Formats: sequence, structure tokens, C-alpha cells
Amino acid sequence: MTSLTLVRRIRARIAIVFDAVTTAEGIAHWWGPDAGPVLLSESDPRVGGRYRLRFRMLDGTEHESSGEFLEIVRPERVVMSWRWKGGLEDPGESRVEIRLRAIPEGTEITFTHAQLHDEEARRSHQGGWTGSLDKLEAHLARGTVA
Amino acid sequence: MLSYMVNYQTRLDRTFAALVDPTRRAILAQLEGRDSASVSELAEPFVIKLPAVMKHLDVLDDAGLITRSKSGRTVTVRLRPQPLREAMAWLQRYERFWSGRLDGLAAYAENKEAEARGTGR
Repeated sequence: MTSLTLVRRIRARIAIVFDAVTTAEGIAHWWGPDAGPVLLSESDPRVGGRYRLRFRMLDGTEHESSGEFLEIVRPERVVMSWRWKGGLEDPGESRVEIRLRAIPEGTEITFTHAQLHDEEARRSHQGGWTGSLDKLEAHLARGTVA
Repeated sequence: MLSYMVNYQTRLDRTFAALVDPTRRAILAQLEGRDSASVSELAEPFVIKLPAVMKHLDVLDDAGLITRSKSGRTVTVRLRPQPLREAMAWLQRYERFWSGRLDGLAAYAENKEAEARGTGR
């Protein structure tokens, strides 16, 4: 299964982080990847509720993503479906899971974007190819494959 | 450009579909350590029969992940790294995107925390 996981420690209490990732007002403050504006931030953070986000980058391109909240356990867990709107690079629907954990200095966030690619991967319950990809990558980086 | 992008997606689909199977990943891992291998060398570690291994090689070949060349009765298999590089580049784009977003989230939340403390909440 194609997935990406990132872990961060944030020096803020868990309730603040939770609101920052689930409320429209919160998301609008950090969503854009560069200094371009966040054009749209809508969020209805309850199971079955939807969100829609749109930003414009400095190069003028606009990118919209949307989906549905599938699970919400305040303040520690949010699962949502995810899809880039339109465009040729739309690889279909994927799944975002955010887990929050209170730690002494604030909050640890574990972010996973899963089911990133194809239908076959989505149906399969076999995980773990990223590990072998990493090994291959290390190998390719050494330049031993022509 | 358009057909290039569509082809790119199709290639990625094929790459990821090929990589989903653990036997095929094991075959690639075997090829990783060496320049080339014969089909019988590749099949050796597996309990599955040679024809099943051949089918996996077909999938890997269709995805462009390996090349096969025949010399006499020996088929030589080589790793073809380009589709894997594309797949990794694709994943890395996501990683860069989300890594940047989490930085933004952290900066915003830490600001909010400082504000909350400032107002004695």
C-alpha cells in the first residue's frame, strides 16, 4: 500500500493543534505552501461532514482538495478521505489520517497519507513495499545500476 | 504535454500495481544486489513453481521494471531503474508538500499557544 507518514513535535497543547487541523479558520492560517493566498477553507468536522480547501501559489496555479471526515475522536484522531480536484495529475481518492498525542513539550502529530496510488493497492492488504523501495533507492543512489 | 501526463500516470499505475505483490518485490530486491540474474536463479528462493515466477516476471516486464534477454536457453533478467525513480520522485513530491504543510501548522499552533499563555488561559 502506497503511503507516506510524517511525525512532528509541536510546542502547543493538543486542543490547539486539533482545532488548527480541523476548523476552517485554523486550516486557513497554514494551508498554502508558499506566500500565495488560501482562497477557500471550508470544514465541517464531524463524521460525514466535508471539507474543501483551495490555495493559489505564487506561480499563479490554483489547487483544490476536498473530502469527507470519516472518523473524528477529539482531540487525538481524525481520518478523512482526500482528493485533488480535477487535473491530469489526479491519482484518485486517498486517505489522510492524523493522530495527535500529548507529550510534555506539547503535541506529537503523526500524519499519514495512505492509499496514495492505485486501485489494486487499495484493495490489497499487503503493506510495506516502501521499505524495499527505500533499499532500492539507496542502491540506485550508489549508482550501481546502469 | 497532455498525452505525456496521461502516460506518466499510466506508467505510475503500472509501477505501483507491480510493486504491490510481495513476491515481485522480493524478485526486485534480488536483482538489486547484482548486475543480472537468470530466471532459474531468481526462482530458486521461492516455494512457488517456475511458471508462477514467470508470470510475475511478465508483470514486472510490462511495468518496465525489468528487462529480459534470451541467449540460447538462458533468459537473463536485469533491473530497469527508471520507473522506480519516477515512482519515488512522485512520492517525494507528496512528502515535500506535507512536510511543508506540517511546518506551517506547527508555526501557527505554536503562535496560538503563545497567545493563549499571554492571556493567561
